[in-house]
Amino acid sequence: MSAPPPPVLEARGLVRSFGGVRAVDGVSLAVRAGELLALIGPNGAGKTTCFHLIGGQLRPEAGTVRLAGRDITGLPPPRIFRAGVGRTFQITATFGSMTVRENVQMALLSHAQRLFGLWRPARRQMRAEAEALLARVGMAEQAERASGVLAYGDLKRLELAIALAGRPRLLLMDEPTAGMAAAERRALMALVARLARESGLAVLFTEHDMDVVFGHADRVLVLDRGRVLAEGTPEAVRADPRVRAAYLGGVAA
Amino acid sequence: MDALILQALNGLASASSLFLVASGLTVIFGVSRIVNFAHGSLYMLGAYLGWTLVTRFAGGGAPGPLGFWGGVLLAALAVGLIGVAIEVLLLRRLYRAPELFPLLATFGVVLIVQDLALWAWGPQDLLGPRAPGLHGAVELPLLGLRFPRYELFLIALGPVVLGLLWLLFRRTRFGLLIRAATEDREMVGALGVDQRALFTGVFFLGAVLAGLAGALQLPRESVNLHMDLAVIVEAFVVVVVGGLGSLGGAFLAALLIGELHAFGILVFPRITLVLVFLVMAVVLVLRPHGLAGAAPAAVPPGAPGAAEPVIRPAPLALRRFALAVFALACALPSVLGDYALSVFADFAVFVLFAMSLHLLMGPGGMASFGHAAYFGIGAYAAALLAHHLAAPMAAGIALAPLAAGLAGLAFGWFCVRLSGVYAAMLTLAFAQIAWSVAFQWVEVTGGDNGILGVWPDAWARDRRVFAWLALALSAGGTLLLLRAIHAPFGYALRALRDSAPRAAAIGIPALTVRWLAFAFAAGLAGLAGALFAYGKGSVFPTLLAIPRSVDALLMVLLGGVRTVTGPIWGALAYAGLSEQLVRATDHWRLLLGLAIVALVLFFPEGLAGAARRWWEARESDGRR
Ligand SMILES: Nc1ncnc2c1ncn2[C@@H]1O[C@H](COP(=O)(O)OP(=O)(O)OP(=O)(O)O)[C@@H](O)[C@H]1O
Ligand SMILES: [Mg+2]
Repeated sequence: MSAPPPPVLEARGLVRSFGGVRAVDGVSLAVRAGELLALIGPNGAGKTTCFHLIGGQLRPEAGTVRLAGRDITGLPPPRIFRAGVGRTFQITATFGSMTVRENVQMALLSHAQRLFGLWRPARRQMRAEAEALLARVGMAEQAERASGVLAYGDLKRLELAIALAGRPRLLLMDEPTAGMAAAERRALMALVARLARESGLAVLFTEHDMDVVFGHADRVLVLDRGRVLAEGTPEAVRADPRVRAAYLGGVAA
Repeated sequence: MDALILQALNGLASASSLFLVASGLTVIFGVSRIVNFAHGSLYMLGAYLGWTLVTRFAGGGAPGPLGFWGGVLLAALAVGLIGVAIEVLLLRRLYRAPELFPLLATFGVVLIVQDLALWAWGPQDLLGPRAPGLHGAVELPLLGLRFPRYELFLIALGPVVLGLLWLLFRRTRFGLLIRAATEDREMVGALGVDQRALFTGVFFLGAVLAGLAGALQLPRESVNLHMDLAVIVEAFVVVVVGGLGSLGGAFLAALLIGELHAFGILVFPRITLVLVFLVMAVVLVLRPHGLAGAAPAAVPPGAPGAAEPVIRPAPLALRRFALAVFALACALPSVLGDYALSVFADFAVFVLFAMSLHLLMGPGGMASFGHAAYFGIGAYAAALLAHHLAAPMAAGIALAPLAAGLAGLAFGWFCVRLSGVYAAMLTLAFAQIAWSVAFQWVEVTGGDNGILGVWPDAWARDRRVFAWLALALSAGGTLLLLRAIHAPFGYALRALRDSAPRAAAIGIPALTVRWLAFAFAAGLAGLAGALFAYGKGSVFPTLLAIPRSVDALLMVLLGGVRTVTGPIWGALAYAGLSEQLVRATDHWRLLLGLAIVALVLFFPEGLAGAARRWWEARESDGRR
């Protein structure tokens, strides 16, 4: 009998402070292949900082990050991308001087290690793949628009397509459905859940909308002032009195 | 020993003067974020006005009714008012423009002031009066050395001014506001302060300091028309080494640079010019924000109104137009005369030079104030090969881009690690180092006399053939650049400019991409330089000097930095304009300066940008 494979993402004891205040204070978490883990907590709880620590945007002061058993702690973002992590940002970040399709092509070209071409036009390369990804997230009709003029919800969708272009094993989504209508939220999360189930993608996401959290997450981790307050199935977390007191209040009751 | 002490004291005196100029520059930068190239002109005006006020308001050359000190103070105040005029009439309109525009506008002011000063005071050096009461030398206690009184006065003045500024900043409301604005511009707006008045006040203060420094030079050295650029470059070095916006840093840096000059002359008389820039480069590499500077608050990429346009393939009409222009250019040499043929070759060279800079400034989002370095290195590579090895032109043209590209790799490695003004200043520092080498390494480069007799091979010596050759190489290089901009490499550059976090998160290695772009642009600038050398038959250190770097910047901005092919039109228009101006009038500086100011104020998108807007408006009308 062989040991079970390591989780896709395993973070242990992550610490990061800003000006003496510990924004993330000893957070440990694990996400398995095919699993959706929701990270929730009030504003300023440290969710985005956790994402930055895992994605390489910030260096942890203590703790380790492992991707499928491999230590990736403190690597710069490009190397973490190559290790198989795709992410979206809470404050959306796309290339405003490119069309929606070119944004995705850019990620595809980078993944294919074709960034240094000097002759063949980029816009003619990996076009079909980019369009397939855009169709998946429902952005096919907007492929020719400048990404700088998109509505907020559409930017979030584009970011998801960009993140998926690197064929990640782990997807980090910081508030992926902000700015969308309820029906769009459900559709987007259903897509992500399907991807996780079909291709074994591990997903870590944050969300303020409790319907999204309790409707799609396999497990929920509650963060408060940088510490893990509770962790478990949606039902268990929802029932946890500490969580209700600290955070959920009347929202999800 | 005595000589060393005297030299150290001399260094301190220079440091004080330098600090006076640099303090104004750094205060202005701290509050307004404007890199004021015209600060050196204010200094020069201080000297000229001081000379007039001290010597002319009396008969017979004796000090006038104001006396020396009255004249100096009045000159400083007058320069303060000139600074206010520059701020109110020009810079005030540019606070929201991209960083480079105010800088170029102030360079326009430099040109204007140069011509006005020439007109008002003539080309000859003016000898300044002595300072009453501070003639001659004194015996220094303890040391038993004699040292000029006036220099001692200057040594004391630096710390006194620093102390007064410190008091001003700590003890007055005006000073509090200046500090607040330096640390956080938005906050001042929130405090309900009249920002305009604050900025104008800061310009007044900075200009007074510059004018005072200039007027105080009168007893030390003669007044001339080269004071402005000489001092501004050093003042920049001081401000950047000290850390932009930091007074204490500027003081430290002024001491460092002053002493470096004093002892550099003793120890390395051959490389004094290089030394200063070498120190600046080392400081910036070790401390990317200067000795005492803080990392600037992150400016959100593409701040107010700076959404970069999408680059799309050129519409068919534009391609046809470009082809037609190119066909015309190919046909033109057959009908041109000798003089026109050499102008034609120059234009081809400038197009490639401007396009190579544009790769960095447009898609790359990096400012280079020292692109002439690579142009000049290419030119010198070709000239040295021809002069010392009698190499054929083909070798020169092949190796020049290589040499410039290697220099780009070496310098660029450092430059791409900095950002904004610091990066731009480092490019300037490297260009000045390259210039000093060309200027001071006389055995190899011929120094100021340059290298003559760099002629093309026999087959290309005919002006017509050479014009075609220049056109072919320029067009080839330009095509390479255009392909690169549309290829994944250019997209990666643009991605880094648009959103650094996103680019990193999809695996784009920022430093590598920028570094290679820097070297690529340098290599093509080197090709342009080599062509220029063969076209002129000679090379001189001015090929690497600051004005040539500014030429390239102007061509790019005139054409439109946010367009793809704009710099081609910018290079043609700018080269054509300055060519005409130089031929038609003695006041070409004045006119060019006014043209630059007008361009920045009324035409910020450049020629191609304006043409695109016109075209898009027409298209959307057509669709309606
Ligand atoms: N770069 C930074 N510098 C200083 N403080 C920071 C920085 N980034 C985050 N913080 C602080 O760290 C704490 C955690 O912030 P974080 O953005 O991780 O919260 P969050 O849970 O994502 O909040 P939200 O739900 O509002 O997105 C906050 O107090 C925040 O002010
Ligand atoms: Mg957040």
